[in-house]
Amino acid sequence: MKVVTGLKEIIKPENLAYHRSEVLVDNTLSYCPGCGHGTVHRILAELIEELGLQEKTIGVSPVGCSVLLYHYLDVDIQQAAHGRAPAVATAIKRLLPDRFVFTYQGDGDLAAIGTSETIHACNRGENILIIFVNNGIYGMTGGQMAPTTIPGMKSSTSPLGRDVRTMGNHLKMTDIVATLDGTYFVTRQSVHTPANVRRTKKAMRKAIEYQKLNRGTCFIEIVSNCPSGWKMTPVESNKWMEANMFPYYPLGDLKVPAEEKEKQQKSNNND
Amino acid sequence: MEKELRLMKGNEAIAEAAIRAGADGYFSYPITPQSEILEYLMEANPFERTGMVVLQAESEIAAINMVYGGAGCGKKVMTSSSSPGISLKQEGISYIAGAELPCLIVNVARGGPGLGTIQPAQSDYFQSVKGGGHGDYHLIVLAPASVQEMADFVELGFDLAFKYRNPVLILSDGAIGQMMEKVYLKPQKQRSTELLEWATTGKGKREERNIITSLDLDPDGQEDFNHRLQAKYAEIQKNEVRYEEFQCDDADYLLVAYGTSARVCQKSVQIAREHGIKAGLLRPITLFPFPSVRIKELGERVKGILSVEMSCGQMVEDVMLAVGCKVPVKHFGRMGGIVTTPDEVVEQLKTIFSGGK
Amino acid sequence: MAKIKGSIVVDVEKCKGCEVCMVSCPTGTIAMAKEVNSKGYFNAYPANPDLCIGCASCAIVCPDGVITVFKTKI
Repeated sequence: MKVVTGLKEIIKPENLAYHRSEVLVDNTLSYCPGCGHGTVHRILAELIEELGLQEKTIGVSPVGCSVLLYHYLDVDIQQAAHGRAPAVATAIKRLLPDRFVFTYQGDGDLAAIGTSETIHACNRGENILIIFVNNGIYGMTGGQMAPTTIPGMKSSTSPLGRDVRTMGNHLKMTDIVATLDGTYFVTRQSVHTPANVRRTKKAMRKAIEYQKLNRGTCFIEIVSNCPSGWKMTPVESNKWMEANMFPYYPLGDLKVPAEEKEKQQKSNNND
Repeated sequence: MEKELRLMKGNEAIAEAAIRAGADGYFSYPITPQSEILEYLMEANPFERTGMVVLQAESEIAAINMVYGGAGCGKKVMTSSSSPGISLKQEGISYIAGAELPCLIVNVARGGPGLGTIQPAQSDYFQSVKGGGHGDYHLIVLAPASVQEMADFVELGFDLAFKYRNPVLILSDGAIGQMMEKVYLKPQKQRSTELLEWATTGKGKREERNIITSLDLDPDGQEDFNHRLQAKYAEIQKNEVRYEEFQCDDADYLLVAYGTSARVCQKSVQIAREHGIKAGLLRPITLFPFPSVRIKELGERVKGILSVEMSCGQMVEDVMLAVGCKVPVKHFGRMGGIVTTPDEVVEQLKTIFSGGK
Repeated sequence: MAKIKGSIVVDVEKCKGCEVCMVSCPTGTIAMAKEVNSKGYFNAYPANPDLCIGCASCAIVCPDGVITVFKTKI
């Protein structure tokens, strides 16, 4: 492995502060440079490792950029037809209830063709984790408009910008599923800065731990970038995302379990 | 081991047989004429009895994808629907075949195309045997002609599905689904708890993770895989052909029919013989693999073959292929959900092959 | 007073030169190489290694997980 290093005297096993998770397969991700998918994969892999779940995890990958999730995460994975991951995961979890089951989906998969499966799995309160990576565009197929593309945003099928009059508004799936009684924990995060990565990891850790309680669906949206589809550099795309996507998709918890809320309120009162 | 005798509807027989065969899961959406399967299972609540999961899905598409998920875990899972719903499932079925997963799909066929009618039909033969979904794959197709076979083919279907890691389709129709007949039910089989070595059940102590996918972007890899699939279907063709013959040994004219049409034709054979026409019936039980070899053999001994199907003529093409133009092959069938009568078939036999009396 | 010093190791061939680590680094340790790796990307490298405090911001935000971080008290 060809490397460049900092001060060599500090590089000793006892000084190790961070290394990539063993749950990530030792290969190169096929994602574009700077794409948030890689970061989300990393967070998920770290949590699976830290929580000791590698032997009990079954994931469901979508159709879209992350179809090849199974090349990157060293856990059992099923690849699902476009949009159908929540249905696939429903059966897996109901037939093997003690496994950790998650879906990993993009915005076309979850909010276009898979709208029905998303809503109904959440409505039934299936005890799964749905990870929704929303970059407001169809990356894999070449940058077309998605249901989550924001008004005015250009894409290959909205070259003059999304026209709300003829193309509808951006679809706020996360807000919709938060209204369903079947969801237990719903949150929206991002992974474009270290602080946000930490927050996402914290939220995802909670969601994974909640699955053991069998209290319903946990749903994490990660607003992310698509440098290729948006035709920007990775750094530009993150800046653009902050300025333009976040107003439409504000970060934070949309639905928190009652027990969590009480805890938060108590600590607020104590401050 | 005692078998239990009951009077049941075809649809109910499938449901009860599924429980007794140790099925792990059933996922479906209501559609006439097969909703009784789901209703029976919901009423029976086998989750209490055997742990079998029964779930009404939000659509036929969701249901077939639930089957995919369960099958990927190596579980005995099934779904049922009727013609328009089976159309919806085609992508999922292609995925299941492409990922080499075992499962059982039941089509209680009705008239089409489109929303069609709720009356029985046999116009899904092409869909079942020639494709349905995209890509080079085949389903093993079983065609019951009685309530007993509806029950028996559930266990047979699961056995074949797991033997070949291939989806199996029970192609029935609305008449058999709704009729009531005596049926002998086998005793309850234990649900298996075995974790299959190829299935996604959590990595456990395995060295390698299991991946269930039908995607291979490498052309050589994809071609190799398709060759393997074709070899599998050749095995199935060699080993799993099933059919029943009725008075074929001295027949001058052969009727080929399956399902409800076969029941009608059995009577037609009797009536024809009363009129001095030596007719016989070959009833395919497997539509894939098709009993081409046997039909060819019989074709060499008869003056004409009549394929009787409740459709515009779909299976007739496979009969023609089997005999290779050596003997006249014709089709007769009512459409629109109409079940032909035995007399009608005999009339057709006389008219079409006017050499007969 | 104890000071924290860090040292990062970057997998040159896996780095895609996205620069997100560079903008996330609070001390200006990281810059992009002047020559491309074998994939054609200008990979990240610790241009000012003395500035590194081992906070791992770079590694945490890296989509490809190409950075390993060491740190110690001096």
